[in-house]
Amino acid sequence: MSLQSFMKKTLFTLLLGATTLATPAFAKEEIVINGSTTVLPVMQKAAESYMAINNDVDLVISGGGSGNGIKALTDGLCQIAMSSRDMKDNERELAKKKGVDPVRIAVAVDALLPVVHPSNPVKSLTLEQLRGMYAGEITNWKQVGGPDKTIAVISRDTSSGTYESWNDLVMNKVKVAPSALLQASNGAVVQAVSKNPNAIGYIGFGYLDKSVKGLDIGSIKATAETALARQWPVARELFLFTNGQPTGNTQKFIEYLLDPQKGQKAVAEVGFIPLPKK
Amino acid sequence: MGSSSSLSALHREKAAHWLLAGVACTALCVLCAIMIFLFAEGLPLFFEYSPVQFFGGKFWYPTSEPPEFGILALLAGSVSVMLLATAIAAPLGVLTAAYLTEIARPAVRRVVKPFVELLAALPSVVIGFFGMVVVAPWMQETFGLNTGLNLLNAALMLAFMSVPTICSIAEDALFAVPRSLREASLALGATRWETTFRVVLPAALSGIGTALMLGMSRAIGETMVVLMVAGGAAMLPGSIFDPVRPMPASIAAEMAEAPFRGEHYHALFAIGLVLFLFTLCFNLAASFIAERYKQTGSSAL
Repeated sequence: MSLQSFMKKTLFTLLLGATTLATPAFAKEEIVINGSTTVLPVMQKAAESYMAINNDVDLVISGGGSGNGIKALTDGLCQIAMSSRDMKDNERELAKKKGVDPVRIAVAVDALLPVVHPSNPVKSLTLEQLRGMYAGEITNWKQVGGPDKTIAVISRDTSSGTYESWNDLVMNKVKVAPSALLQASNGAVVQAVSKNPNAIGYIGFGYLDKSVKGLDIGSIKATAETALARQWPVARELFLFTNGQPTGNTQKFIEYLLDPQKGQKAVAEVGFIPLPKK
Repeated sequence: MGSSSSLSALHREKAAHWLLAGVACTALCVLCAIMIFLFAEGLPLFFEYSPVQFFGGKFWYPTSEPPEFGILALLAGSVSVMLLATAIAAPLGVLTAAYLTEIARPAVRRVVKPFVELLAALPSVVIGFFGMVVVAPWMQETFGLNTGLNLLNAALMLAFMSVPTICSIAEDALFAVPRSLREASLALGATRWETTFRVVLPAALSGIGTALMLGMSRAIGETMVVLMVAGGAAMLPGSIFDPVRPMPASIAAEMAEAPFRGEHYHALFAIGLVLFLFTLCFNLAASFIAERYKQTGSSAL
């Protein structure tokens, strides 16, 4: 995801630059969006199509992590903060102190799926077993009811949002072992797992295809329903924060994002689960 | 009339001179700008993080709390991949060059040489893809490994990429060996084989040294291939079948998402700085060898 998103970002900046150059006399309203790199691809995708039909708005989007986004909102440096977690109490207090009233808006559900090679007989694992594998304590498939083979653990680059989610929801402060293999995108993980009978990896729900097998966690099956009902343990909501109820162009953009026919399509396209219709 | 036209010709001469000098300087300016940028973004890490931990630390956890920026494993990954790749590519490249200059008939040469050069033109992502999809599963099955994405696979792919570099520079060096040396050797009754290996190759040793150095600097800086096929485990390799994470792979995988001007960002630039110093050393060594042992006619031997 990171290389791809890097290229997208570059392309995006170029496009932005080109449009700004093309209409120099026209003053556009700028909406600055900052924060979680997990939410970033959704925003980029939605912003591209939004700006194609609304050329009076310039959406300036950058990553940097949930904490940075929330800090930027508190300091008045952005209109929308992207976050893959809720605000912490001390962040809320600091915002209040600076006269900022953060409003939370859920935009998507991020659910991760452990995947193995289709030939692997293992059908389900517990969270503890997954944690043990990634921490390097469980090293053989035999230990979890599989064949007598060493486990090839495949993880993501440490700065990706997917890694961050996995780290928060599965690892629970235990570090991923240095011996874990690294792949730089969801697609690359699927590719690597599909070529290796001993491998285990994790991907966003949207990236599952026939070349790999998704595992159950405990007795819970990975479906959009279990993820939305918060039964699936490796899922979390992705949020936007604004200062007070959004108004004007910010409100228009957020409505666009939440529209099942528009922004929520972008949510599905980048591999997250769209929110149910209200 | 005559004097004014020669004056304008002089002006034109001057203008062309300065124009070309300016163009030549662009490359230099760009290099300087990149270096300054690299230092300005890389060095701030060491205000907050000790160089000893940076170079000696075995753990690379840039996003945990507190972060750890130890590049020993990445450094070991880079160096081991480079050495293994060179060990594979050096004999291949040099022997190909020897074949092309000493043995092959001109017709064969005209066919083989463009193919060797075509290898250099292959995009690295294509070589990486080949390593990932074809070589990795084959290697895993044949050697019964845990993963086919490992040091050996990466070194093989990198060797493919440095063979053309090594081959064409070594070939130039072999060509530069004076004809009289070969003739003298053959006249003394040496066979063609003996002439090639005992006379021509030793005479071209400095050029071959330069070729190896440039091949190595190609291998250590290559990014896409190692990102795709080296496996990416940030640990010290115990065997050639272990996965490794060379430095460029870490930069490529993490840079896009690292918070701007944060510690992680500076750490990645510091790795870039280390890589830059590596390639600088190899290039300096290459030009030193080329300069020091320059072959000036057969008398210098």
